[in-house]
Amino acid sequence: MANALLEMRGITKVYPNGVVANKDVGFSLREGEIHAIAGENGAGKSTLMKIMFGMEEPSEGAIYIRGEQVKLQSPQDAIDRGIGMVHQHFMLVPSFTVAENMVLGMEPRKGVGFNAGEAVRLTEETARKYNLSVNARAKVEDLSVGMKQKVEILKALVRGAKILILDEPTAVLTPQETEELFHELQQLKEQGHTIVFISHKLKEVKAICDRITIMRGGRSEGVFQTREVTEQGISRLMVGRDVVLKYDKDSIPHGKPVLRVEQLAVSDSQGKALLAEISFSVREGQIVGIAGVEGNGQTQLIEALTGGLRGVSGSGAVSVKGTDIRGLDILGIRSLGVSYIPEDRMRQGSAGDASIADNLISTRYRSKDMNKGPFLHSSKIAALASSLVEEFKVRCSGTRQPVGMLSGGNMQKVVVARECSTNPQLLIAEQPTRGVDIGAAQFIHQKLLELRSDKCAIVLVSADLNEILELSDSLLVMYEGQIVAYFDNPSAVSEEELGLYMLGINRQDKEQTGRALNHV
Amino acid sequence: MFRAKYFEAIRTAAVIVIALIIAFLIISLVSDQPLKTIGIFLLEPFSTKGHIGNVIEMAIPLMFTGLAVSLLFRANMFNLGAEGIFYFSGVVASVLAIHLSLNSWLHPLVAILAGSITGALLSAIPGILKAKWNANELVTSLMFNNILFGVGLYLLNYHLRDAKAFANVSFKFEKTAQLSKLFAGTRIHTGLIIVLVLIVLAHLFLYRTKWGYELRMTGVNREFARYSGMKTAKVIILVHLIAGFIAGMGGSVEVLGMYSRFQWTSLPGYGLDGALVAMLAKNNPLSVIVSALFLAYIRIGADLMARLSDVPSEMISIIQAVIILLISAEQFLKFWKNRMLLKEAKEA
Repeated sequence: MANALLEMRGITKVYPNGVVANKDVGFSLREGEIHAIAGENGAGKSTLMKIMFGMEEPSEGAIYIRGEQVKLQSPQDAIDRGIGMVHQHFMLVPSFTVAENMVLGMEPRKGVGFNAGEAVRLTEETARKYNLSVNARAKVEDLSVGMKQKVEILKALVRGAKILILDEPTAVLTPQETEELFHELQQLKEQGHTIVFISHKLKEVKAICDRITIMRGGRSEGVFQTREVTEQGISRLMVGRDVVLKYDKDSIPHGKPVLRVEQLAVSDSQGKALLAEISFSVREGQIVGIAGVEGNGQTQLIEALTGGLRGVSGSGAVSVKGTDIRGLDILGIRSLGVSYIPEDRMRQGSAGDASIADNLISTRYRSKDMNKGPFLHSSKIAALASSLVEEFKVRCSGTRQPVGMLSGGNMQKVVVARECSTNPQLLIAEQPTRGVDIGAAQFIHQKLLELRSDKCAIVLVSADLNEILELSDSLLVMYEGQIVAYFDNPSAVSEEELGLYMLGINRQDKEQTGRALNHV
Repeated sequence: MFRAKYFEAIRTAAVIVIALIIAFLIISLVSDQPLKTIGIFLLEPFSTKGHIGNVIEMAIPLMFTGLAVSLLFRANMFNLGAEGIFYFSGVVASVLAIHLSLNSWLHPLVAILAGSITGALLSAIPGILKAKWNANELVTSLMFNNILFGVGLYLLNYHLRDAKAFANVSFKFEKTAQLSKLFAGTRIHTGLIIVLVLIVLAHLFLYRTKWGYELRMTGVNREFARYSGMKTAKVIILVHLIAGFIAGMGGSVEVLGMYSRFQWTSLPGYGLDGALVAMLAKNNPLSVIVSALFLAYIRIGADLMARLSDVPSEMISIIQAVIILLISAEQFLKFWKNRMLLKEAKEA
């Protein structure tokens, strides 16, 4: 261990809500390597990295840099010691230019003022040095996701980072952008940087990493030379069993259209178009997938379908089972039999301090079934909650446990249980398995397929291409607020081909995308 | 099995003990007979029927405001408007107590209901401002306290004041309007029954009805409540109406139960104390009873200490301040909780 650049020994982290994120984890990083940390979501990767970057303090354990014990109490401590982090969700000011973002917190001065020229010069110099081309004067909000990520990497480098932590860097990238990122990482490695690469995508780990630490359930399963282990081997260690994301879907005839969107156009308060000419329908027993790089109108589309869209103007028609839902509020839309699994389970999908039972009834507590006179029918609610917890295999100590104490996957199961158990006519599932472990993800996929067999119409929005290609009956690709491609046989489409549409390089003609409305 | 869940209860107890120790240290500094003095402080409130009565009399308004504030806090509304409403509803009830002539059943009922409804309507204003325009309820409710006090004092000075009295007090209430006493030898009045019934109702409302469920969910995560289809703006206005109704009832009951004239020339402070009661009760209606009694007990203890020893009653402000500081300091004793969690995690 003499050549360990950074070492973490016996790290245990317990969050105040009782969640044990890391249990006696050891981690060692050699200078100049690309080291992957792989594991299912909820395995404790992100917590370990937050500890390494000084964002969380370990409950137990110690960190050594070049053999010397250090205490990292804030990200500034970590930055001072040459550690930089690129977060999964970018920490950039959208309305600032690239150069302004680069020097944020360490602004070059001219007298008392900000030296903009120096900031641009510094940015360009760093970009040249590391061969990462960016336009220093462009505003961050105008950049593509891949570009933003470059800015984040440069931001860390300009602060003197020798160790670079990348948290799920490819989650938001297209296959093409991912390749470019890998090329850049190789260059950084050649220049002597050390990179920690967090991912649960095994192909990527195999492609660029030298060593891999595998995590499962908050513990380290060991560290391996990447070339000595197979993808199956890694996956077995991550999950504890073999997994294949492949489902036997019975082909069922699609019934009447449930959701019908025609010529939907939405623009924001400044008149900027967010959605244009969106037309498609979803029929009974049909899963329509919507793919696209994040931020290409999927959020706005879902808001328009679920009644959350406010302060924007729009035109076109959206109907559920023939009822126009534009102008209806959330309750009105839900009472038409619409369920919605939101992307953000913490902010929207659950009330963390409330019990599992309370979380399960939030969309049906009004029903006659759940009430007895003026009171809620507590025994019925308790029975419903325990049967749902059992059916959806939520691991918890009881239905009165606060939802916030569950792991991400179990919390998501609570959300899915609530939304799927009200006998929905239309289910809108937005990133239904983001941030959950493979076991839970498979379970959620099964539930979606069960609903499909029960003639529920499903809209599936996901950044996980594997998921969307595998589950969807038809697939739409969104780019810059428009539908740019329609496939009626998604399982025959390759991820690379999809990537070209997602990036806006390819584009189908109107006739082809127009088929989304009637699926003929 | 999960010992950490007792943490909050243990922490509250520890806070109180520490606060009392600090109080004792301070008493030791200013008193010649510290042991005797602290004895008066801790035991004298229980010594006679009259003193026990004093504690309960004082706990009644604290229960009213503590309950009102608990409901607001439960909905995640940091509204401190109970203070002004308590005062102003007292004025409204006084007007009816002076000018109406009804029998002794109807008279207090009408006066109290008028005070309560006034409270509900006044409280709805910050609620509507919050629900519709997201105006910060803390700011608007504190502003309202000043406005209501000003208007109330104006009414007292120019319309209710009894020129024949030697102080700035109102005309005498009709005998029929005053609440009857429950126990001979004390001033405990029927307001005690009213507030206990109210607390039980609030408990049932909060935990057993769908409206209470909406309120709790809105408080825990408003975004989640909205997403589930609840009309959170309505919930926020409703909780303001209920809290205002309770605070207003508290003011009316206090005036009719304890006094024969309206005589508050400054805000009585029960509204802000209500926030302390709610905090001690962890916003639980039933716990409000205990925490209001506790606060009343240390108040009366301090009062007796001031009368029977050489320590001034201002001391109690210090003890209260220490309690609030320690309770609101979330980090306090956290190391201990972390250690407990770590131990449990290892056992698991």
